[in-house]
Order: sequence, then structure tokens, then C-alpha cells
Amino acid sequence: MGAEKRTASEKADFKRELTEVVPHLRAFARGLCGRADMADDLVQETLLKAWAAQERFQPGTSMRAWTFVILRNAYLTDMRRNRFRGEYDETVAERVLTAPAGQEEPIHLSDMHRALLTLPPERREALLLVGAGGFSYEEAANICGCAVGTIKSRVGRARAALNTMLADGSIPKRSIEDDTAHRAILEELDDVAAGQGVAARS
Amino acid sequence: MTSEHTSEGKPVTGGKKEATPDKERPDWAHGLRRLYDSVVEEELPDSFKDLLSQLDSKD
Repeated sequence: MGAEKRTASEKADFKRELTEVVPHLRAFARGLCGRADMADDLVQETLLKAWAAQERFQPGTSMRAWTFVILRNAYLTDMRRNRFRGEYDETVAERVLTAPAGQEEPIHLSDMHRALLTLPPERREALLLVGAGGFSYEEAANICGCAVGTIKSRVGRARAALNTMLADGSIPKRSIEDDTAHRAILEELDDVAAGQGVAARS
Repeated sequence: MTSEHTSEGKPVTGGKKEATPDKERPDWAHGLRRLYDSVVEEELPDSFKDLLSQLDSKD
């Protein structure tokens, strides 16, 4: 499908839509890998891949969902190459914390971010897609290439874990850099990657 | 932006009711969205503008 060459105006449309989703790609990437510089590298990689694969994009479908699949696959590949360890970016959290004052915020966003990064990657991405990105369970399942029920259960477990951590302040400090934990995460990643997103079948 | 962020991604289609997210909407759920939105609202670094403007010459 979509193997035919794109016209100049279709390319222009594609580029406009791609440009529009860049802020969302950055937000998703930041949530996934925790470090702003690495997240932005990941987004740049995603944009190049999306551009190269543009003939596989079906106009009229969600550019955000399509590019999230590409970003997610790039992230999983990089994770397995050991580039990311879900490091927590202190400076970003500080900035987020001090930015929009005035609103009552009982939870420190830095705690929030740190807790998020301790979740197993497949739960973290599920929660990011549904709880932060505003995707429906169906859309999230499509992006992750798994069943809707699987997404629901991942989101449920992620919520339960965050509830516990944030309620009693028991956020693990360094669990992600711990070698055992890291190995476990990589093993889980293989499972996650096995269900490569359907939208980006190539 | 808020329009696509309404119902915690609760599916609107399908006959049966999903477990209502309202019954347990902890404080952090709001924080999660703010973490995401705060990045969305950041000004795009020049490196992205450069990359986007170079795309057309890539093929």
C-alpha cells in the first residue's frame, strides 16, 4: 500500500504534518528515556526515518501515531544497544518544577518523572501513550503492536505502581542503573520488541 | 491541544462501559500530563528547524 511515488504537494503535506508532531515526539521521547539530549537525538533519528519512509504513510491517518511507532522502535533498538539507561534528567525536572507557578500541585514533578522511569519500559510507554499522550487504548495497542487488553493491563499495573510509590514516597533511587534491574529490563524489552508496532510494518 | 487530552484515552466506542477512570484519578495523573505538555510547549531547538529544512534536499 502507498508504494507509488508521492507528488510534490503530498510531500509538502507530509512535511507539514511531520513538523507539527515534533513537539509530541520530543515529549514522548523524553518520557521514555528521561534525558533531554538523548531524547532529542532519538527524535532526530525518527524524523529522518519517517522522511525516508514517507511513502508508507497513508495520508489521512494519524501522523502522531505513525511517527510514535518509528520512535518507539528506534528507542527499543538503542536500548538494546545499551545507549539509554533511563537516566533521570535533574535539570529538566527542575525547570518543569519552577515553570508554571500558581497551580496547586501536590506531587513534585521530579518525583513523578523519577517514578515513571523506574517502571518497566512496556508499562512506562503504555502509561505515557494513554495517560500523557491522550491516545485511546486501541490507538496505544496499535502503536505497540499488541492487544488492547495487554495495553489496559500494562496501564493498570503502571498506575498501581505509581500510586504506591508516590503515595508512600518509596521511589527507588537508582534501580534503573542497578545491573540486575537493567538486565531484567533488557529481557523485557525483547518481549516488547517482539510485538513491533503494526503501523510501521516495513 | 486539550481536546485530544480529555478522557484519559478512554475508548468512546464499544457498547460496554470500561472501568471508570474517575473513581481513581490520583494527583499524579495530572502531573504526568504536565510533564508531557511541558515538553510539547517548549520552543523547538534550532537543531530541529535545521533538520526539517534540510529534509527536502535529502532525496
